[in-house]
Amino acid sequence: MGSGAERRRVVVTGLGTINPLGHTVDDTWKAALAGTSGVDRITAFDPSRLATQIAAEVKDFDPEDHFERKDARRMDRFTQLFMVATAQALQDAGIAFDPADPDARRAGVVIGAGIGGMLTFVEGIDTLRERGPSRINPLTIPKLISNMGAGMASIEFNLYGPTNCTVTACSASANAIGDAAEIIRRGAADVMVAGGSEAVICEFAVGSFNSSKALSTNNDDPQGASRPFDLNRDGFVLGEGAATLILEERERALARGADIHAELIGYGMSADAYHITLPRPGGAGAAAAMVAAMEDAGIEPAEVDYINAHGTSTSANDATETAAIKLALGDRAGSVAISSTKSMTGHLLGGAGAMEAVFSILAINRSTLPPTINYQTPDPECDLDYVPNTPREADVSTVMSNSFGFGGHNVALVFRAA
Amino acid sequence: MDRSEIESRLNGLLVSELGLDESKIRPDARFEEDLEVDSLGVVELLMALEDEFGVQIPDEEAENIGTVGQAVDLVANKLAG
Repeated sequence: MGSGAERRRVVVTGLGTINPLGHTVDDTWKAALAGTSGVDRITAFDPSRLATQIAAEVKDFDPEDHFERKDARRMDRFTQLFMVATAQALQDAGIAFDPADPDARRAGVVIGAGIGGMLTFVEGIDTLRERGPSRINPLTIPKLISNMGAGMASIEFNLYGPTNCTVTACSASANAIGDAAEIIRRGAADVMVAGGSEAVICEFAVGSFNSSKALSTNNDDPQGASRPFDLNRDGFVLGEGAATLILEERERALARGADIHAELIGYGMSADAYHITLPRPGGAGAAAAMVAAMEDAGIEPAEVDYINAHGTSTSANDATETAAIKLALGDRAGSVAISSTKSMTGHLLGGAGAMEAVFSILAINRSTLPPTINYQTPDPECDLDYVPNTPREADVSTVMSNSFGFGGHNVALVFRAA
Repeated sequence: MDRSEIESRLNGLLVSELGLDESKIRPDARFEEDLEVDSLGVVELLMALEDEFGVQIPDEEAENIGTVGQAVDLVANKLAG
């Protein structure tokens, strides 16, 4: 606990998600334990011009199932998904603030978004090119800015306290959770909505990621395309979705008899300071974040029972992350269970850290490790226990969740059973 | 184009472009107070009107549109003029 017994402790009292595996936490968990892939041929647009024609889309999402039509059309898809996940999480926590409630002044929200409203951005650019600047929709900027998920959540759920947005690429929502916890720790709020969202499945995004050679092009086998740590991995699969955690000061949660899912005990960050997209070879950067998180938590590597890996299924990430885990955990690396749920969800970019925090907490509460699916051929550079292909029952007390982002952002979160 | 056609096409826009509840749309309904159309929504509406009816609505004329009926009047005058 770092600075000692006086420090305010942060617990998780609510979870919510909508993602390629399901529209709720329970459906998602069920699908993950069944080893389901959320990847398929892209339906959002005609992908036939692209090298990559597959993605992990949120299936059967109709905004009008969740919002009034006039409200739905004022939100980009990434905000819609965040609002759905956040409503679930607040309900799970049993928290609803009235505008007059003094506690609402002590409640805030941090959203992580790696990119933000790219679908709105692209639509606006199309209008500009085709019809000129006078025809650009007045909602364009409010819809596309990355922080709007936090803005909308504060409006809808009466959160009058600290609000912020982290935009650290694929580590964005791990930063959102960690930063929100710090806000509670330092006493500036008692309840924080913390999560992330991304929804950029469009020709522009896929084409851009293709140009940077980041995506799998395994169009013939969509369900087998995301294969973290497998020798034949060929890139990540773009996903979309949102996940939200309700963080609460521990004494407050105990006083109201809340169902505490886990305690957030550690948050560590580091920078690779190396390259815009490639991880620092050898994994020292990522290892530093894991070490920092363990120090913040006041734990030893031997206490880590499970790591939800960043595990993107790119050649560079998975080998480097493996090396980083060895650096950070030492002897423990050989016996700790590690899995990448991106094998099933695809890569939610800015939503990934929160999505994987949810999986990490469920692993604790449901005593089961979600698998890394599509693991068939071992890679000599990836030689740890990746919980291949089938879930594993396990007594899990302390878990770490890794998230790394373009720009060299490294973030690790540590959760412990309540 | 007669007034009732303008009215029915405008009502259609309010539903399709602004997502308003059709049952609340009456000639005397005020955009801001009754239909909860904010300043961004008004801009959306004006752009939709310009596209739908092929007219130009300068900002100073747009300021005079307070109700659904006034919007119909403005479009009718533009088309007549």
